[in-house]
Amino acid sequence: MRAIVLKFPGINRETDAARALEQASGFKPQYVWHGDHELPAGTDVVLVPGGFSYGDYLRCGAIAARANIMTAVRKHAERGGYVLGICNGFQILCESGLLPGVLVRNRDLKFICRMQHLKVERTDTRFTGSYEKGDVIKVCIAHGEGNYLTDPETLKALEGDGRVAFRYCNESGEVSDATNPNGSMNSIAGIYSDKLNVLGMMPHPENLIDPLTGGTDGRGLFESLMRKTSAAA
Amino acid sequence: MKARVFVTLKNGVLDPQGKAIEGALRSLSIDGVDSVRQGKVFDIELGIVDQGEAEATLKAACEKLLANTVIENYRIELVA
Repeated sequence: MRAIVLKFPGINRETDAARALEQASGFKPQYVWHGDHELPAGTDVVLVPGGFSYGDYLRCGAIAARANIMTAVRKHAERGGYVLGICNGFQILCESGLLPGVLVRNRDLKFICRMQHLKVERTDTRFTGSYEKGDVIKVCIAHGEGNYLTDPETLKALEGDGRVAFRYCNESGEVSDATNPNGSMNSIAGIYSDKLNVLGMMPHPENLIDPLTGGTDGRGLFESLMRKTSAAA
Repeated sequence: MKARVFVTLKNGVLDPQGKAIEGALRSLSIDGVDSVRQGKVFDIELGIVDQGEAEATLKAACEKLLANTVIENYRIELVA
């Protein structure tokens, strides 16, 4: 699997993302600049990292979503290529129309930066094959606009089609309003596209790949994504 | 030609910033305010003379970038 990491002005998690991809695959991913028009030939995975692209001007991810390279990313996704957007990357994917809905200001208006448990909703996708169904993983969140919002029909479709990837929960895996850090509908922390080849998520699995920095619960995602054999999805 | 574009949250979309402003007005004893919704205003100068063309251009700008129509409405005002 050949992965690339996109770079936009103002993002700051690209090195973390590249490190996680390299640890899982043994290969350094290439960085691709937002102004480019093409992805390198043979790209399997596009990672849209976190940060504050264009200073969050207008709306989070709005300007990055209109960058040249996003046309190529859209084509890549249409061909069935994998795309992973983390944090600001999730916001960019929503703004670009690759994923439905929008991330708005956290319910309590605060920027939240702390550890958070997530429930893995399904394990038969390219992104989560290394986890067990119902697994509760501990990763970190760091966002001011992570409150997932969509219209009732889209929410129903996401739930009905099993497109919720992760939900915020407590350490026992209980999902409730009290375990929802930002007010997201149905405690949604991440969603898939209809073909399950695009995943957007607010939490940062790329920062939980080394015991030195708090745990390794994020590794499974990159190992699933970068393994050589093709996945169930 | 000049234009002003208003982008506002759709009804039913929660606006925590508007709520915070509402609370701050209350704490300043500014009475009679029932609710506040925050939006955005864009003042745009156009190198276009034709009104229809200007409206079409601004509509495209709103649809493609200025508003996220999942949660926002927009209104265009041409100012001579």
